[in-house]
Amino acid sequence: MESEIGRGAEAVLTVEDGVVRKLRLPKSYRVPELDEQIRHERTVREARIISEARRCGVATPIIMDLSRFEIMMEYIGGVRLKEVVTPELSRQVGVMVGRLHRCGIVHGDLTTSNIMRYRERLYLIDFGLAYHDWGIEAQGVDVHVYFQTLISTHDRAQELISAFQEGYLQSYEKAKEVLARVEEIKARGRYL
Amino acid sequence: MIVLGLEGTAWNLSAALVDESRVLVEKSSTYVPAKGGIHPREAAQHHADHMAEVVGNVLQAARENGWQMDAVAFSQGPGLGPCLRTVATAARVLSLRFGIPLVGVNHCIAHIEVGKWNTGARDPAVLYVSGGNSQVLALRQGRYRIFGETLDISVGNALDKFARSVGLPHPGGPRIEELARSAGQYIPLPYTVKGMDFSFSGLSTAASEAARKHELADVCYSFQETAFAMLVEVTERAMAHAEKKEAMLVGGVGANRRLGEMLDIMCRERGGRFFLPERKFMGDNGSMIACTGLIMLRAGVTTPLGQSQVRPGYRTDEVEVVWA
Repeated sequence: MESEIGRGAEAVLTVEDGVVRKLRLPKSYRVPELDEQIRHERTVREARIISEARRCGVATPIIMDLSRFEIMMEYIGGVRLKEVVTPELSRQVGVMVGRLHRCGIVHGDLTTSNIMRYRERLYLIDFGLAYHDWGIEAQGVDVHVYFQTLISTHDRAQELISAFQEGYLQSYEKAKEVLARVEEIKARGRYL
Repeated sequence: MIVLGLEGTAWNLSAALVDESRVLVEKSSTYVPAKGGIHPREAAQHHADHMAEVVGNVLQAARENGWQMDAVAFSQGPGLGPCLRTVATAARVLSLRFGIPLVGVNHCIAHIEVGKWNTGARDPAVLYVSGGNSQVLALRQGRYRIFGETLDISVGNALDKFARSVGLPHPGGPRIEELARSAGQYIPLPYTVKGMDFSFSGLSTAASEAARKHELADVCYSFQETAFAMLVEVTERAMAHAEKKEAMLVGGVGANRRLGEMLDIMCRERGGRFFLPERKFMGDNGSMIACTGLIMLRAGVTTPLGQSQVRPGYRTDEVEVVWA
């Protein structure tokens, strides 16, 4: 039986027999040609980045099939990091994000709801807003979003942030620079 | 309570008196360059030349009707430095002359506040699009936070640049909108949304080039459809992210009917509500400064003379919205 597991501003997710289908929905405010072009490009790009991230050492769902507006991928069970985060897990997130940024991938929506713990491993999911960017600014925003989620939804956020920094510094050579930029981004008061 | 508002951040010099419920009087004078775009110093000179006449007419109406002013509000920024200084100087003089407080108003926030006042929107995600600005904002933790904005030029600026390159008169928006209505086909143009931000300079250049090969009407149509889809997408994301059920369109480019229509469709599809202020409040006007000044004054906010310096790079999220 197919059941809906998520619905965002862009897409609807259903799961059946361990396979997730992410379908990008049409938007009737835009002309059909543009609408189809955007949905198709993003579907392809998302699938490509998910696979690329895995080659960079980040656990992500395995892509099973692709159609024009739809990605079929492995269903990642387990629990959302949001519910189980500890300093040790946050350190592992730091390692994971460091690997991602090293490859020039920015996730774009790095919240504790988009990280799953499944069979003692952390999986990064929902690459719907991901893109390529080697810049310190884009990576800084990525990290900032993660920190903001910790601050707004978890106790002992500072401890979790420090643990992330430890892991991030360990896996990414430009981590120091990015973390300094995060302070600047915070001061600007955007992306809250 | 009656507040005098002075606006003059760019093209339009405008003065108005408002009370809690309506605009009592508004007078304006618009700088029109002999050719090309806006020249900051010339625009400031225009404002200086017409200040006495514009403000004089408003004050005369006040005298004739026995309206007593409680404060002078002025647009403190963001805007062109020379224009801002001209307006701020006039505001200080009026404040001293009448012995009433000054209220320095953020120009972007004034667009939002007058829109809410005019439409009855309560807590919308706001798309603010004009010749100088393109931003998506929403109130969060006491400030109008910027959720998305342009990475290069504003959408109004992109429309004007394209218009100039194909020989259409300034401002480009209205003519492009008109031509777009007779288009026959959509021509693909670069669609650039990065995270929550958008970019228009590449689109403007690509459209200018496309105009050499295609019907101008088709290019105008495709430009609008592409640029506006970018704006609507980010507005929708901001609504989802900030959990807002309302959207509102403000700023000069907001006069474009197609943009309003697209936002309306987006809102209806997600069960939200769309608000569009009256056309007279869309472009820069003195009433929006007066209206915001009045709201701020009622919340006890005034600007001491020593802090009335202009702020050309004044950001929306620097202002604590104590009146919300």
